[in-house]
Formats: sequence, structure tokens, C-alpha cells
Amino acid sequence: MTGLWLFMVEHQSEILSATVEHVELVLIAMAAAISIGVPLGMVIVQRAKLRALALGIAGIFQTIPSLALFGFLIPIPFIGGIGKRTAIVALTLYALLPILRNTYVGLTEIDPAVLESAEAMGMTQGQILFRVRFPLGLAVILAGVRTATIITIGVATIAAAIGAGGLGTFIFRGVALVNDSLLLAGAIPAALLAILADFLLGRLERRLRVS
Amino acid sequence: MSTAEQNLIEFRGVSWRPNGGSAAAIIDDVSLEVPRGETLVLLGRSGSGKTTLLKLINGMHWPSKGEVLVEGRATPEWDAIRLRRGIGYVIQEAGLFPHFTVAENVGLVPGLENWPREKIAARVKEMLQLVGLAPEEFSQRRPRELSGGQRQRVGVARALAGDPPILLMDEPFGALDPVTRAELQREFQALARRLGKTIVFVTHDLREALLLASRIILLEKGRVVASAEPEEFLRVRHPEVLAFAASLDVQGGAA
Repeated sequence: MTGLWLFMVEHQSEILSATVEHVELVLIAMAAAISIGVPLGMVIVQRAKLRALALGIAGIFQTIPSLALFGFLIPIPFIGGIGKRTAIVALTLYALLPILRNTYVGLTEIDPAVLESAEAMGMTQGQILFRVRFPLGLAVILAGVRTATIITIGVATIAAAIGAGGLGTFIFRGVALVNDSLLLAGAIPAALLAILADFLLGRLERRLRVS
Repeated sequence: MSTAEQNLIEFRGVSWRPNGGSAAAIIDDVSLEVPRGETLVLLGRSGSGKTTLLKLINGMHWPSKGEVLVEGRATPEWDAIRLRRGIGYVIQEAGLFPHFTVAENVGLVPGLENWPREKIAARVKEMLQLVGLAPEEFSQRRPRELSGGQRQRVGVARALAGDPPILLMDEPFGALDPVTRAELQREFQALARRLGKTIVFVTHDLREALLLASRIILLEKGRVVASAEPEEFLRVRHPEVLAFAASLDVQGGAA
């Protein structure tokens, strides 16, 4: 235990910069996943065919083991290769399903009486979407973002395998050298990040919940 | 055309089948006229087609056969949004927007119609007073902070805010306790008379129908089986009328 503590103090600047790198990966991937997933979720509310397709494809990405997904992307031109860009693409694809699915569920599972009166009062479909469905579904959408963020923080440790850096660097080195201190120097900050994200997003979600 | 002026709403041989007309008829060859200023009550059991009839008026459904005329114009010829903004709509449990305050709920249609802010605020105040809610006490509350009766009052205020000539009400007092229901029925009756709106009111409660209607139309399996003024209604010789009258006896006896 003291060994681990000493190790972490000794390497604090490296751990810190790896943590920053890790957070960067997660934030960029989440920003991308949200800006694709939420609008797409809004679009598929009204379109059944596109809905099945979009949810299906997002579901497939989710089933690919993460290490394999990183591997698959490397040979693809433009988005592939070794490094951060490939990692961000993979993390984005991974985060997409929870966001897309929760956006769709949040926007559709709304009291039918509320939707009926919105329609009967002469709101257009666009007004219903932005002024009724979206604010009422926001907490559920955010729950999807929260799930996706926690998954992404975990999966991002694997990004180190394709040279994207982050806290995974310590973990992979720790595994290779059978060095627990090294391994934990990556695993503990990653776990703390996930707990922190869960806590903060959970609070935001509860504040947005409309009863 | 005097009929369009007299009859704000008119059904001409209207049938409606769900699923684009392939399923069994929910509304079967209904013809009726609603003159300006009338409070027409559609009475019937669950599944008799009352709500469907209401939705045919504001273009939530279009007839599979026949025509529904509103202000002399068939509903598919209307711009659905325009049509609906001219028709107030109140449903059971009110269907208020839970994320809006009372004032925002009531001011919704005027807002959609781009009224200036001060005019909306004044209108909201006026409407809340009209339904017996003190504006300074209730304006900023959310629907969840209201009782069932208060919610329903807000629902009525919201429906009236855009000053529509027509008001559609689908069992608006159905979910309330008997005391509150009686209270709202009495107030609504007085309000309806004062405002001179044309009202189509759906209920399965004969007592409510007798109290509020200027005319009662009884529906059975999507067909009109009786049409009469309240004073005449109980004298109509039809098994469904007798069935409803019997329900009144039971309720009366129990009370």
C-alpha cells in the first residue's frame, strides 16, 4: 500500500498528464456522440424505418469487443491509423447506442394526454418536438449520456493499445511488467473519474426530472 | 348559405374506420348539426365512438366516408393547425404540460399565435379569474402542485385563452371526486351560458348530460340512436336510452 502511494507521488506529474489526456479523449468522443446521437434520436421519433436501421447499427457497434473495434478501425483510411483520432472514432461509436436509445425513449415515452392536447391545441410537429417532447424527455436523455460517459471512461483505457495515450498506458505497462503499482496508477484514477462523472451527471439528471 | 352560418359544425353521412379505412367502423354513418351557441352533449358507453366523433371535428381524424364541415368547410380542406387553434380542447386529467407553469399553460395558444407579451399576460389573468383561480396565487405554480379540480380549471382556462368559437370537451370532469365534479359542472354551466361558445361535450354520465346539454345525442356502436333536448331525452323510446335511465335510477337510489 505504501509502495503504491510512494509510486503515485513519485510519478504524479505523469499520472496527471495521462489523466488529462484521458479526460480529453472522453470529452471529445462524448461531444461527438451527443451531437450525432441526440439529433438522430429526434429524427427517428417520426420515422420507423430509419429508427430500426439506426438503432440496429448502433447496437452492432456496441456488441463488437472494444479491443477488436480499435483494431478494425486502424486500417480504415482517413479515420484509421495509430493514435488519438482512431481512438476517438471508436469511443464515439461505442457511446452512440445509449445516447441514441435514451433520446428515442425519452422523446416517445411521454404521457399520451400531454401529446394529445399539444396536437389538439394546434402545435406543429416541430413545436411539439422542441417544446414538449424534448424538455420532458431531457432527464432520460441525460441518463443515456451518463451511461455512455461511464462506459467511455472505462473503454478509453483500452485506447492506449493503439497508441492514443491516457490512463490505459499505465495499465498496459503494469500488465506487461507484472507491476501492480503501475497498473493501479492507471486503474484508480480511471475508476475515480467514472465515479465523479456518475455523481455529477446523476445530480444534473435529478434536477431536470419533471414530475 | 345560411346553414354554414347557423351550423358551426356539421356531419354529413360520416363514417370512420381506423387503419386508413380497413378496420371495422368506429363511427358509422353519422349526420348531425351543431348550431352556433349550442352545448351538444355526446352521450354513450365506453367504446361507443364519442371521443372519435370529437376528434373528427378538429381534424385529429378525417372521415373515411362523408364530410365533417367546420364553419362550412370540410376538415381536410382546412389547414389542420389553423383549424385546431380555433377550437378549444379539454380532456380528462386536463393534459396540462407538467414542465410549464399554470400561466405558461394558459398562455400557450396566444403564444403560438404570436400575441404581444403584455396581451398574453392580461389574457392569462383574465382566464384564471374566469375559472375561479386567483392569478397571483396560481400563475407560477406547476400542474403537480394543483388538485385535480384546479388542474381541470386550468385546462378550461387554457382551452378558452385563444378565444375559440368552438370548445371540445372529452369527459373533462370524469376523474374528479363527486363533490368537486358537481361544483365544476355548475360553474361550467354558468360559464358556457355567459360565453356563448359552441360546445361539444363528451360524457358517459347521463346526469351530467342532463345538466349541461342544450341537446343530447346518444351514441351506440358508432351510430346516433337518439337525439333530443334534455327535457325530452328520457321519454325517447330506445333500449339504450332506457339502459342509461336505469343507471340514473341506481345512482339516484344510492345517493
